[in-house]
Amino acid sequence: MLKQTEGSHAVAEAIALCRPQVICAYPITPQTHIVEGVGERVKDGTLTHCEFINVESEFAALSVAIGASAAGARTYTATSSQGLLFMAEAVYNAAGLGLPIVMTIGNRAIGAPINIWNDHSDSMSMRDAGWIQLFAETNQEALDLHIQAFRLAEELSCPVMVCMDGFILTHAYDRVDIPTQAQVDAYLPPFEPRQILDPAEPVTIGAMVGPEAFTEVRYLAHHKQLRALPLIPQLSAEFQAQFGRASGGLIRTYRTEDAETIVVALGSVNGTVQEVVDEMRDEGVAIGSVSICAFRPFPLAALRDALARAKRVVVLEKCLAVGLGGIVSDGVRKSLSGIELKGYTVIAGLGGRAITRKSLKQLFEDAGTDELEQVTFLDLNADVVAHELEREQLARRSGPTAAAILRRIGTVGSRIA
Amino acid sequence: MFQVRIHGRGGQGVVSGAALLSVAGFLEGRYAQAFPSFGSERMGAPVMAFCRLDDKEIRLREPVLEPDALIIQDATLLHQVDLFTGLRPEGYILLNSTRGFDELGLSELRHNFHRSRLCTVPATEIAMKHVGRAVPNVPLLGGFAAISGQVRLESVVAAVREKFPHAIAEKNVAAATEAFEIVSKLRETADA
Amino acid sequence: MANPLQEVKFYQTGTFTVGNRLLGENERSVQANMTRTNSLNSGHRACQGCGEALGARYAIDAAMRAAGNQVIAVNATGCLEVFSTPYPETSWHIPSIHSLFGNAAAVASGVAAALRMKGREHVRVVAQGGDGGTTDIGFGCLSGMFERNDDVLYLCYDNEACMNTGVQRSSATPPAARTATTMAVGREPGNVFGTGKNLPLIAMAHGIPYVATASVANLHDLEYKVTRAMGIHGARYVHIHVPCPLGWGSASEDTIKVARMAVESGLFPLFEAMDGEIAGRTKIRRQVPVAEYLKLQKRFAHLFGTEPDTKRLAMIQATADRNIAKFGLLD
Repeated sequence: MLKQTEGSHAVAEAIALCRPQVICAYPITPQTHIVEGVGERVKDGTLTHCEFINVESEFAALSVAIGASAAGARTYTATSSQGLLFMAEAVYNAAGLGLPIVMTIGNRAIGAPINIWNDHSDSMSMRDAGWIQLFAETNQEALDLHIQAFRLAEELSCPVMVCMDGFILTHAYDRVDIPTQAQVDAYLPPFEPRQILDPAEPVTIGAMVGPEAFTEVRYLAHHKQLRALPLIPQLSAEFQAQFGRASGGLIRTYRTEDAETIVVALGSVNGTVQEVVDEMRDEGVAIGSVSICAFRPFPLAALRDALARAKRVVVLEKCLAVGLGGIVSDGVRKSLSGIELKGYTVIAGLGGRAITRKSLKQLFEDAGTDELEQVTFLDLNADVVAHELEREQLARRSGPTAAAILRRIGTVGSRIA
Repeated sequence: MFQVRIHGRGGQGVVSGAALLSVAGFLEGRYAQAFPSFGSERMGAPVMAFCRLDDKEIRLREPVLEPDALIIQDATLLHQVDLFTGLRPEGYILLNSTRGFDELGLSELRHNFHRSRLCTVPATEIAMKHVGRAVPNVPLLGGFAAISGQVRLESVVAAVREKFPHAIAEKNVAAATEAFEIVSKLRETADA
Repeated sequence: MANPLQEVKFYQTGTFTVGNRLLGENERSVQANMTRTNSLNSGHRACQGCGEALGARYAIDAAMRAAGNQVIAVNATGCLEVFSTPYPETSWHIPSIHSLFGNAAAVASGVAAALRMKGREHVRVVAQGGDGGTTDIGFGCLSGMFERNDDVLYLCYDNEACMNTGVQRSSATPPAARTATTMAVGREPGNVFGTGKNLPLIAMAHGIPYVATASVANLHDLEYKVTRAMGIHGARYVHIHVPCPLGWGSASEDTIKVARMAVESGLFPLFEAMDGEIAGRTKIRRQVPVAEYLKLQKRFAHLFGTEPDTKRLAMIQATADRNIAKFGLLD
């Protein structure tokens, strides 16, 4: 059924349709509306056979999820940014124990400095924990990916993170098609655990593993993610057959067939990128883009296929490997191993800074004439940076950096973008 | 694509106004996108929301930098925030105030844009009269329907009825309708 | 006129002597029963004389009997977890999960929720942690479980320090005790006075249905309290005193004796509380001066010797006396 609704609410509806049994979450901007949406459905009785637990921290949230999942319940939680870090120990624990928990990440920057707006630093901080990470480009895809996520998680016995841009998607009203319960039931069967805490057949979950076996256990976790590489497209194809639309998969290409310049990005910014690609194509520029949907496992082969014939690749990242440059770029570079082409890393949208068509067009034009630096910070205010560096040189007691910069740029409330 | 930017302060329903507008567009079978630009929840701080309307899927995610229409919910923002930045020459301005553009010190604006596309409407007073709360967003949507023709009043009314429980919805409908009528009349006189 | 008949007081001299053989069948401990579940079976790697292994064995089998053998255990990282699951073996005959150091209470809440949703509430959940995992790193999750009144029985095995990692101080470490992070050096050797927290009282402050303290000195009482707790639904907490010969520097054969002295000195009061109010206590039969208890443990050795630390010994005695008064432990 078509509906015009907030992204968070669309996701809440999708979660409810997946027949979750235990939901536990701690509030953090911008995930709050998702959890509130599901909580309301449990309280007013629309969502039955589901317990909603108000936990006291994110660490508790994922821990409760671990217990519930281990006891055989389909379990869901959601968080962002600082909350994801607060549960970091449990994130690794859930993956290590092979529990098929599904968690939404309302992507938000990680402090300090504290920032509630969107970027991908939170999901990236947990990229090697062993969770599958899927990124939604639109609210429709966010809704769809949660349904695919439960199926994927339970087939592999591996937890899955569905990442959607905070505010940009979570708080945006969009047209979405909400599936029916029958459609979801046909796609997502009841949870059949690989392991379960049951007095009838006692097992010990979470035993200590020493040097004699740890490597093998870790290798199997790696192998499991590699098995997700063919499974993700397969489930996406099944989804298309059942629900009538394309969503998910490893990557999506846009006008890349004869492209000389290809832009690679994750999440909602792909929409704006595609607009610019169209504009530049109209001007005769051979440009295309690739949206990475599955970031873990990283789709090396699929990317290689998509990028191999281009002259240059621009990786547009909403995250930063401090001291190194790009995070996504590393994976892209690896996929192009042995292939000669120019690669550019562009760090953009950090902490919610708007990524505009205008800036992107200029950026892609510069890339096209290979006038771009290896690593660029899009729309960086060089003046402010230079001034701050100079200020720090003048006195040892230079004070907090953030305060100094904010003082310099003035009142933020009166700005448009 | 038609792009709307709404300015106001926290607590004035700027965000829900944009959302309602998007629902109105959706009810007419169009694609619509609405999203906010704000900080942590805080009453009184300047807030912006955006709404895009189009007949095909909307992929763009940047803020509305070149609005086709501006809805200004709080006149106290006028000389504080650069509200008009990026407004297209054929753009519409709908301003919540009991005073006219000249009284507000915006005479210059009237020279740069079409007279019939600039309108003030006492939305807060209309809201107080019908709903009893100083939240001008719904009357302003009624006014927007009149001034731009981008959505029909019926669609705004339907969106309002979807969102609010019956009694409150009807009060809001009355407010939207009155604002629509006021702005329609002003347009007629401006065009004349 | 004085009573001509002398009141005869019976003392427990240990389960090895009187204990079970002079009791009727139904008064004997669960452990005395040949058909006990042996939930924590032999073969685990605990130290000789480990109070925690003893306490856990009694507690879990009592829980199992009370729950018709339908129990799932959730264990925090710590001595119990580590000595009972040496890869590739496990001593646990019941389903158990070990997640992290600080989240046993939260994981247990999740298990309980899942069982409810699957219509299997007859399967009960017991969470276990040492004092480290309970009073410090696990405190937030524990408080959350209490506050939500989740249907979990939390057993804290209190050996008064983080033992598994090498005897470091926890907030349950008593004043003056030597640990690796409160060494017996300087002006105030051992753990500092005026620090620490009382988990049983904090549990009571949450108003949960049942809180009790127990000790391996009185194993019948321990079984009784766990059994009683299992008859209640909601958040329950039993805090069990378990001497650690290694960490305390006591002789491995003295574990029960040391535990008894802690109780009889007043330093470890035995009581029950329901809905936040004290509902019963075990009186001290023969009060023991704290020095007699402390002397048995090398972790307090610096208080004795050629120049005994009379000041601090008096402070510890004062703590014991306060407990005796507060809980009414003497007639």
